[in-house]
Amino acid sequence: MTLAEEVLGGSRRALARAITAVENQAASAPEVLAALFSHTGHAHLLGVTGAPGTGKSSLVNQLALDARKAGKTVAVLAVDPTSPFTGGAILGDRIRMRELAGDSGVFIRSMATRGSLGGLARATADVVKVLDAAGFDYIMIETVGAGQSEVDIARHAQTTIVVEAPGMGDDVQAIKAGILEIADILVVNKADDPRAETTVRALRAMLDLAHPGDAHAVSHHGMLMRVVLNGQDGAPTEANAWRVPVMTTNALSGEGVPEVLTQVVNHRQHLRDTGEMARREMARIINEVDAALRDRLMADLLDRIPNSELETMVARIARRELAPQQAVSVLVAAYSPIT
Amino acid sequence: MSERKIRVLVAKPGLDGHDRGAKVIARALRDAGMEVIYTGLRQTPDMIIEAALQEDVDVIGLSILSGAHMALAPVIMEKVHAAGLDDVMVILGGIIPDEDIPILKEAGVSEVFGPGSNTNHIVKVIQDSIRARE
Repeated sequence: MTLAEEVLGGSRRALARAITAVENQAASAPEVLAALFSHTGHAHLLGVTGAPGTGKSSLVNQLALDARKAGKTVAVLAVDPTSPFTGGAILGDRIRMRELAGDSGVFIRSMATRGSLGGLARATADVVKVLDAAGFDYIMIETVGAGQSEVDIARHAQTTIVVEAPGMGDDVQAIKAGILEIADILVVNKADDPRAETTVRALRAMLDLAHPGDAHAVSHHGMLMRVVLNGQDGAPTEANAWRVPVMTTNALSGEGVPEVLTQVVNHRQHLRDTGEMARREMARIINEVDAALRDRLMADLLDRIPNSELETMVARIARRELAPQQAVSVLVAAYSPIT
Repeated sequence: MSERKIRVLVAKPGLDGHDRGAKVIARALRDAGMEVIYTGLRQTPDMIIEAALQEDVDVIGLSILSGAHMALAPVIMEKVHAAGLDDVMVILGGIIPDEDIPILKEAGVSEVFGPGSNTNHIVKVIQDSIRARE
């Protein structure tokens, strides 16, 4: 039996190994992914992002518990940062997920970013495919503690939850561009904090300032682009646009979490009903092919350029004889794999 | 472009709450470029095995300061074998009397590190063992 067949057969050990192969971009990875790809597309991909310490891991823990109560299986992909200096990482999200231990309907995998800066790891999309093929109903992707611009999750998830904690900044923070814009559901966690109500009000005011309607962005050639609400080409109109709910939770006690899960289900239904699911899927595929092409061409090109040539160019740039753009033109002209 | 990282599970089985040592080790392994999955305190043997399997680790590092190592380590080793994780290296740190070490190694523990162990040495033992396997 091949590794992919074992994954499809339900072996958790094979699943873990397949993820490792894909994550390491091992020689066997393309074959594994190719064999699994036709079995993907079943899971609902749920992204959970927010600043460090807002309670992402605890919320994922509770969401997974509630999803299990509803009879759904859950895979959790928890991303933590790689040290830029040593390449090592401490992956500590499991600490908050101990209640999920011993449940065969749950699979948790920790992942380091390995130099990627958008809040996820480079191999995230491929690891998600492996988990999807393994048949989980939900795949919950927890990003690194995100600042204001780690918005990659919106490219991968079908529903994105942005978690805020009370007392994090004022209402101007709330209207800045970035992470709040990608939310399909906004959660104010630690709702027992007396400042929670103020935070909820600031977020609701922020949403009211925005043009009503579907605030979600799709990715096009690496740029996040807003969905236009003109009803043309099947795009949603203002009338049937998704309204981002602002919800409060206490992820430690679990209070408010079932309501969040209900909104996740509602959002999935909304994506289906409006055709938005298919449009986002197309955007995601375009983005993925785009990135894969770039990676492949880049690798091919770097393979062809001799190290000595690269070093010569770097030295010339350092002496200000050449601008970096000129050096690139020379190198591409001489070594491009495309003729 | 294959990128192989050594993955280590650092776990504290049993009931003692002293995780300073485990955190020092986790940090040292991180600084040596490894990916450390840190599970926190009071892990049962089953939780450790489950995490090791899901995370597909190369090494399980156990920290036991409660004196229960002779009860916990053999149970964990049994479950390691039962789960088919025989290729996973298991190392143990803590307050371990010398006379217990041969028995623990007999049970399948690769190395035992006591107080005062040099973290560079621990890193090297892991790296050498993983390299030898490949």
